[in-house]
Formats: sequence, structure tokens, C-alpha cells
Amino acid sequence: MENNLIINLSNISFSYRENDSVLKNLNFTLHSGDRIGIIGPNGCGKTTMLYLIMGLLKPQGGTVEIFGRARVEEDDFAEVRERIGFLFQNSDDQLFCPSVREEVAFGPLNFGKRGQVVEDIVDESLKRVGLDGFKQRVPYHLSGGEKRRLAMATILATKPRVLLLDEPTLGLDLPTVEKIVEILKEPGLSYVIISQNLEFLKKTTQQIYTFENGRVK
Amino acid sequence: MIEEHFAKGDSLIHNIDPRIRIIFALIYSAIIAVTSRMEVALAGLVAALLFVTLAQLSAKHLLRRLAVVNTFVIMLWLILPFSFPGEPLWRIGPFNVTEQGIFYTLMLTVKCNAIILVSISLLATCGMFNLVHALNHLRVPNKIIHLLFFIYRYAHVMQLEYVRLHNTLRARGFKPNTSMHTYKTYGSIVGTLLIRGYERSEQIHKAMVCRGFKGIYWLLDHFSMKESDVLVSCMMALGVVLLILLQWKII
Repeated sequence: MENNLIINLSNISFSYRENDSVLKNLNFTLHSGDRIGIIGPNGCGKTTMLYLIMGLLKPQGGTVEIFGRARVEEDDFAEVRERIGFLFQNSDDQLFCPSVREEVAFGPLNFGKRGQVVEDIVDESLKRVGLDGFKQRVPYHLSGGEKRRLAMATILATKPRVLLLDEPTLGLDLPTVEKIVEILKEPGLSYVIISQNLEFLKKTTQQIYTFENGRVK
Repeated sequence: MIEEHFAKGDSLIHNIDPRIRIIFALIYSAIIAVTSRMEVALAGLVAALLFVTLAQLSAKHLLRRLAVVNTFVIMLWLILPFSFPGEPLWRIGPFNVTEQGIFYTLMLTVKCNAIILVSISLLATCGMFNLVHALNHLRVPNKIIHLLFFIYRYAHVMQLEYVRLHNTLRARGFKPNTSMHTYKTYGSIVGTLLIRGYERSEQIHKAMVCRGFKGIYWLLDHFSMKESDVLVSCMMALGVVLLILLQWKII
């Protein structure tokens, strides 16, 4: 069981301001194949937990262990970022390239892919989210649903086996939500989804945790 | 959104490799800016007009741009002819208009318009994204390019943010007038925009880092020099040589 442990957070504490801790002795594990949903009130530290996993924030206490190694320094997280895909709450934060094609290619290029391989990845990723034919479009002119699907494509482009999704259905219409449910059905994926949408979580996850007082239950 | 009126088109100028356009725009602007001879400035203006004609730009948008620049030039005409030392030409009240002053201001006007026309015809026709790519290929430091690109990319996001804030204010019955309340409100808007801009930039940086960004922006597209690019480069270089010869009074 130990070797398919992907994420292991133990005794994590974190606060943005002194005497105002968001996470207190948080323990959380994700094993290969786990599909976990997290639900909880606003501002309870759900997003913060995902940021800690990606190394975007550093915990004040506790250890972050991912893929079997303790992750402390910025460099430790390079591998984490390549193998875990993170969907941000606000797609506008995630999309900044001049064209859809470059947007999807950004990740693969950063991870050393070049040439035709990148073109193929772009085509394949866009197809998976149902945006084929959008290659030359400008990302910030897309609709909200298209932006979210594009953001999904940019993450899938690096072929991660693990996904962290922060409110993937926020503000989306039903067909787009269905599309995301469809994408998540792919076998072999493990993921953590933060959402207030219980219906969506029931469709996509096996376990649903709640977040209370900085702890996962 | 920043409109790129001049970037769309299929003229001779639009088809030149953006790298060549950037290089020659720099050279022409530098020569026109530093020259001490009216003949060279005028020749530069003629060259600029030639570029503009070749680029087949919309006269309406062009004139609008020039009008903005020349508002500042008018300011110069209001001050310089009166304050530049030299032979008095005529008197208006207590002020002397000097011959040198008029000449100097005229020179500035010609130079200013020539440089703007060169920039519009050669740089503005690239479009921002080509410009950024070309600068990248010309080995301009990454940080400068990022700065340029993100200012462009997010200027309109900030504007949208402002419009949204302003709309909510109006919905809450705010009418701007000359009062402390109005000033305070606008102060808060600017403050909010600053903070939101800062937070958004942090967020964007996080998203980029998650996708493996390490400070280098890899390019997907590459430019290639065509035969016609070489030809155009030669023509433009010839123009540069002519301007220099003119400056040194060889022709």
C-alpha cells in the first residue's frame, strides 16, 4: 500500500497572518486511484491545502511528502508540478498566451518537449476537451465554459496522472459540467476536487471529505 | 482592449520579417533623432511617408494617432520660438520671436512626425505578439519582453476590472462631482485596482509555475527570412546610407 501513496501531508499547519491559522495539524493522503472530493465553507483552507501540495506556499509546520519524497525546497517541487496537474479556481488567471495553441503548448515546452511532438500534444489535448478547431483562437475571447475547458486542456497536455481541481464547475452550465465529468472518467487518474457542488462530486468521486476548523474529516 | 488597427493587413510592409522591421525602425529613428541637418530630417520624413504608403494604412486611424502626437508639438510651438536665443524676427508684446527658434521648432516637428510614422509603419504593423516573438529572437533580455507582453496582455483586464467597479458604484447611486466624497471614492478605486492587480499577478505567476515555468518563455513559432526579406533589407540599408551621406554633406 505504501508505494502507491502519492500525496502524504502530515501535521501541516499554516497561517497567512499571525494568530490566525488556516490549517491546524492537517493530515491528508491520496493514494493511486483515489478520487477524492472536498467540500467545506469558504475560507476554510481548501485552496491553501492544494497550494501547499504544489509548493506554491510553504507550511509553517509539518511535512509534505509527494511521490515518496519529502518536498521542502522550490527545486523539490519541479517534479511535482510536472506530474500533478492543477486547475485554478479562476481560468483567467491560468490563461495568458496569445493563442489557444500556444496556451496548451506552454506546459510541454517548459518540460522540454519540442517540434512536432508538441503539435501532436496540442491537437490531442484540445480534442479531449472538445475544443478541436479552436487552435488559432484568442484565449481571452472565449466564453467562460470554453475557458475552463481550455484550462483543462493545458493541464492534460503534460499528461499528469494526478489532478488537483479547485472549483472546476464554478459558474459553468450543465453541458460543460457534463464534459468535465466525462474527461474525469478516464481510467488511471487520481484526483482531488474541491467543490461546493455535491451533485458533481457524487458523480466524480468515491469519497467526500469535509473541511472543518482546518482539519479534514 | 488595446486595438491594433495597423497590425491587420497584407501589404509589402506587413509581409516583411518582423525582426527586420524592428532593426530598421530603430536605425531610422536614431538617425532622424540625432541629425543636425534639416535636409536629413526631411529625407527621413519622406522615407517614413514611403513606408506608410507601402503599408496601405487606414488614413483615418493614422491621422488620429498623429493628432495626439502633434498636440504636444503645438505646446512646443507656443513656447520654443519665444524662448530660443537668437536673431529677433518680430515682436509680440514683450516677447521676441527668433529665427533660430522657429527653425529649431520646425526641425523638432519634422523629426517627431517622421519617427512616429516610421514606428507606426514598421512596428505597429507587426502586432504585439509578433513583436514579442521577434524581440525574443533578437535576444532582448527576457525580463523586458515579459514586462512588455504582460502589460499588453493585462492592461485590458485592468480596464475591465475598472469598468466593473465603476458599474457597481453607479448601481449604488454614485455620481461623481467636485467633492471630498468623490475624491475618496476614486482613491479607493485606484487602491482596489492596485491590490487586485497585484494579487492577480501573483495568481498568474502561480499558475505559470505549476505548468513548469522557470523564467524562460519558449517559442512555438519561428520566423524565417525569405528572399524578399533580403531584398527589402538591402533597400532599407540603402536608405540608411543615403541619409548618412546626406548628413555628411557628401551628396
